[in-house]
Amino acid sequence: MDNILSATDMQMVYIVVLMIFLGIEIISHVPSILHTPLMSGANAIHGVVILGAIIVMGQADPDNYGALVLGFFAVFLGTLNVVGGFLVTDRMLEMFKRHK
Amino acid sequence: MDFLSFDILSITYLVASVTFILGLKMLGHPDTARKGNLIAAAGMGIAIFSTIFLYNEGGVYLSNRLWIFGGLFAGILVGTYAARVVQMTQMPEMVSVFNGMGGACAALIATVEATRHADEPRLKMLAIVAGLIIGTISFSGSIIAWGKLSGKIRDRSFKGQQVISLSLLATIIGIGAYMILGNAPAGTIYLEIALCFVYGVLFVLPIGGADMPVVISLLNSFTGIAAACGGFLYDNKAMLTGGILVGSAGTILTILMCKAMNRSLLNVLIGSFSAKQSGNEEGPEGGHVKEMTLTDAAMMMSYAKKVMIVPGYGLAVAQAQHTCHDLEKVLEEKGVEVKYAIHPVAGRMPGHMNVLLAEADVPYPKLLEMDDANAEFSSTDVVVVLGANDVVNPAAKTNPSSPIYGMPILDVEKAKTIIVNKRTMQTGYAGIQNELFYNPKTSMLFGDAKAVLQQLIAEVKAN
Repeated sequence: MDNILSATDMQMVYIVVLMIFLGIEIISHVPSILHTPLMSGANAIHGVVILGAIIVMGQADPDNYGALVLGFFAVFLGTLNVVGGFLVTDRMLEMFKRHK
Repeated sequence: MDFLSFDILSITYLVASVTFILGLKMLGHPDTARKGNLIAAAGMGIAIFSTIFLYNEGGVYLSNRLWIFGGLFAGILVGTYAARVVQMTQMPEMVSVFNGMGGACAALIATVEATRHADEPRLKMLAIVAGLIIGTISFSGSIIAWGKLSGKIRDRSFKGQQVISLSLLATIIGIGAYMILGNAPAGTIYLEIALCFVYGVLFVLPIGGADMPVVISLLNSFTGIAAACGGFLYDNKAMLTGGILVGSAGTILTILMCKAMNRSLLNVLIGSFSAKQSGNEEGPEGGHVKEMTLTDAAMMMSYAKKVMIVPGYGLAVAQAQHTCHDLEKVLEEKGVEVKYAIHPVAGRMPGHMNVLLAEADVPYPKLLEMDDANAEFSSTDVVVVLGANDVVNPAAKTNPSSPIYGMPILDVEKAKTIIVNKRTMQTGYAGIQNELFYNPKTSMLFGDAKAVLQQLIAEVKAN
């Protein structure tokens, strides 16, 4: 019974619940003209998944080529998500800036 | 020593989490949006490099750094190239592709971890399996969404699709539970990946192309949740906060987009667009379409008091935003008041038209949101519809059997005259006829938006 969720797990659950409310709060009053850049920016932020890819890669047995290749692709795809996401968002927003 | 470096890592993760929250918040205001994006990007950079150099488990630091930097370098190279060359009109597709890459990344992590420790505690296994399922669905779904937006894949549905999709989903969850309980044979994971891939395809395939923005936003929040699963797996708080934040914000954004179309998310997902489009192919009986010459159109605009331009996807496709702005300037020189009526879902993404017109330096105050525009149509002399279709279709108000019934539209019919520029008489993305074109007040100007606008400018100047 007391082993189902450790103290660390409970902390994580706390963070999850707080972040859900924060996410809702942040987005609720956004003008529709910013929906596309906002979606694109959020898209870049979930590229944080790359941290997992880096950890997988860094912990892989150097002789296990299967894991190395999968990890390499994971890092590559994650980077694509992060770099592409932020750059595309910046390009969109660059156009809004001039009129301010 | 180890304690010290671990603390620094935790602090960098805290910094990263704060930048994500701040960044997302700032992205919600036009003044701060660009800075917000840069702040989140900086936080991401800090998190990435501190993970590479500081992450350790019991004092064992990460190895294979050459591989890591190789992957990073390749990703930066390809990502930068793709983001630089993509045209403004293709942004939605690009976002979808990047989203798919994030989903695939989460799925790959889960694959490696599942095969590496099949004996993980059940909670970890739950995070692995959930990351695998959600990541894979997000990946294949995003690729289909990309294909649809770029016109490579048509809407498709077959009888019993929903039954098949639902039973497939049930099977996926069943196998997932089997894997979590820890007695699944090796290789089950590959079957699971294949099933999730197929489910992602079936999930997006029947949804109308016009609804792709909503789908991309939804898949975006899926990928966020998949990333958060990785956060659970590694007790990594940056991944957890970033992932859940996007998961929750993305879901709200999806709902806001549905609201802009006056539809429910469920209605979008069931794919009513493709399901009901047959039987609506013919125009109204006895109606006929009236064409007009460029000279007439130019004359009408030059002598109008107020002209309202309604941009749509056709403007984006023709890359005519600059030419459109030129026409606006030429008309204003003649003393004509020119404004733009922006439907929230015109184009292929909410805000698509705003981005496009901002690129052409059209001043903000000229862009009217739907409600403001609808209030002004009755005092408008000429409405120029440039490649928009479904967002001005009166069937949304008058025909309960229409798939777009209930969607708020721009009431262009209230204006004195309506000029519609289209390439052909083909239907819009929803695949339905538009009675507006048969309205006695409407005249058609067929042709590519850019070519037509250029000729109009010449004619207006000659007037």
